[in-house]
Amino acid sequence: MMTFLNFFISGISLGSIYAIIALGYTMVYGIAKMLNFAHGDVIMVGAYVCFYAISRFKLPPLAGVALAMIVCTILGMIIERMAYKPLRQAPSLAVLITAIGVSYFLQNTALLLWTSSPKVFPSIIGRGAFKFEFNNFLLEGQLSVSHVIVLTIVTCIIIMLCLTWFTGNTRMGKAMRACSEDKGAAQLMGINVNSTISMTFAIGSGLAAIAGVLLCSAYPTLMPTTGSLPGIKAFTAAVFGGIGSIPGALLGGLLLGVIEIFAKAYISSQLSDAVVFAVLIIVLLVKPAGLLGVQRPEKV
Amino acid sequence: MRKLLALVLAAMLVMSAACAFAAETFKIGGTGPLTGGAAIYGNAAKNGAQLAVDEINAANGYVKFDLRYEDDTHDAEKAVNAYNALKDWGMQVSLSSVTSKPAEATAAENFADRIFGLTPSASAAAVTAGKDNVFQMCFVDPNQGSASAQYIADKKLAKKVAVIWKNDDVYSKGIYDTFVVKAKELGLEVVSDMTFADGNDTDFSVQLKDAQDKGAELVFLPMYYQPASLIFAQAAAMDYAPKWFGVDGMDGILTMEGFDKALAEGVILLTPFNADAKDEKTQKFVAEYQKRHGEVPNQFAADGYDCVYAFAQALENSKAKGSMNAEELCKLMIEQFTTMTFDGLTGANMTWSKNGEVTKDPKGMVIKNGAYVGLD
Repeated sequence: MMTFLNFFISGISLGSIYAIIALGYTMVYGIAKMLNFAHGDVIMVGAYVCFYAISRFKLPPLAGVALAMIVCTILGMIIERMAYKPLRQAPSLAVLITAIGVSYFLQNTALLLWTSSPKVFPSIIGRGAFKFEFNNFLLEGQLSVSHVIVLTIVTCIIIMLCLTWFTGNTRMGKAMRACSEDKGAAQLMGINVNSTISMTFAIGSGLAAIAGVLLCSAYPTLMPTTGSLPGIKAFTAAVFGGIGSIPGALLGGLLLGVIEIFAKAYISSQLSDAVVFAVLIIVLLVKPAGLLGVQRPEKV
Repeated sequence: MRKLLALVLAAMLVMSAACAFAAETFKIGGTGPLTGGAAIYGNAAKNGAQLAVDEINAANGYVKFDLRYEDDTHDAEKAVNAYNALKDWGMQVSLSSVTSKPAEATAAENFADRIFGLTPSASAAAVTAGKDNVFQMCFVDPNQGSASAQYIADKKLAKKVAVIWKNDDVYSKGIYDTFVVKAKELGLEVVSDMTFADGNDTDFSVQLKDAQDKGAELVFLPMYYQPASLIFAQAAAMDYAPKWFGVDGMDGILTMEGFDKALAEGVILLTPFNADAKDEKTQKFVAEYQKRHGEVPNQFAADGYDCVYAFAQALENSKAKGSMNAEELCKLMIEQFTTMTFDGLTGANMTWSKNGEVTKDPKGMVIKNGAYVGLD
């Protein structure tokens, strides 16, 4: 029973990392209707900026995170301006391919700038853990939950609430929702579609910086490819939860993490990814829009 | 007039050939990850080989080398492109590739083109299997696996062992396969056998928990150092402190920027090269390498260095000429490598079998106070 709980906590830990990356994916998709495959690499850039700020320039961790957010926000806006904006009228496939290109560009630039040797990320809040001792008829043993994970989950929930509030209640947020429903109509109503989409990217990239710092605090190796695979998994999580849905990203991420760990622990460590994706396929067969997604006719 | 010109040109050609006669120059080429996640290995092998080439060229002996390394980023497809670039350049003998996956691809090209290959460190069995002209300077993976099990049993390091290996990597799987067989033979009990792969190589809590619950006293890690660093950190977080036993891929963990060396304290690894060795040859190599690159050379650098010297010895023994083409050299090299004995930094009295595998003694090393110390 205790082992089960420990695995559950590991799953939640892994899932919370997927969730926080998935939030960025889903938000950009929900509004700009494009899959920003470069999201994972913006995460990596954020993590590098924070790494250098903390370990080379000896800035306090919070300043490092803030700096990473600023750099990523600017980077996100530049990417959007240079790579995606000229393609606003192009078919979505063209934008998708461009996003993959941007992803490779960022990875290779990182290789040139920061070389390939893996770096160990300094944790922003230490490597401590909350330990709970249980000694009753049901549970016996120790349960440990690391501080980073608690921080990740709390951050995830805060970001989710903020985003939901932002898109629901502010002028900018309403403009975003309008753009996501119908760009043409939104423009007729006097909304500047271009700047709204740019704003979405800026926010998405700022979130990527936070995700990068948390990812590398939990699993502390940093390489130019650090963001890409978790990025793909997080994208899966976003689809799982219903892409475009903000609470869906959180739910999808957590579930994916838990399923992955349980599959590893109770089925086979060799088959864990196969199990994860089998579950994904089944969910999508039953609910094509994902767990919390809203079914909308769409052309891809 | 035209005839005269042709004559003069021909004379110049003969003269230039005569100038080169003093030493036979060979074009030697290799591919390796000079950038990318495995760059630490590629650059080490390249630097080691370059050092040997510079020494040999300065010594003005029978052979001289012209060395060229191309980047393959530890990617099989890029490695073949890099190999083709080297072939166009006129490579006569090849250093194959540094890492296993790319080397599997380039070795097939070596075989098809009849260009002799000697890899410094690509240890997968598939690199040499079925190819009469591809040889290894490092242990082939199956030998690493059985040598590790033998070492654990001989030194009585543990009775119950756990293995965590990477199931989408030929290197890891090759070592794992023979380790389990040999361990069983020697009466070691493999209590926990867990894997990971690209894409789920961040969280190791399940694997570690399994090893811990089943009472493994030693965890065998046939993998590269990057996932290993995560394993050490996560094991420390869950207060699990077994003995750790790595293979040559673990080499490099201490040079990771920001790595807390205390986590790797006591890690044992089997590697053919020990930078602390007291013999003159090793000390000279280490000093020169440190002067050039500012770091202690790892096993890969020593492998690269040895490869070039092995080539020098084989070429000189066989009286090879710089004017020979790759195919002629290939024949001579196969003859030499299957019969000669070579003394290098990574072992004395090395010999090679017909299928290209090397025989030499592994050395056990342990990490103490953040540095490698020889065990024997």
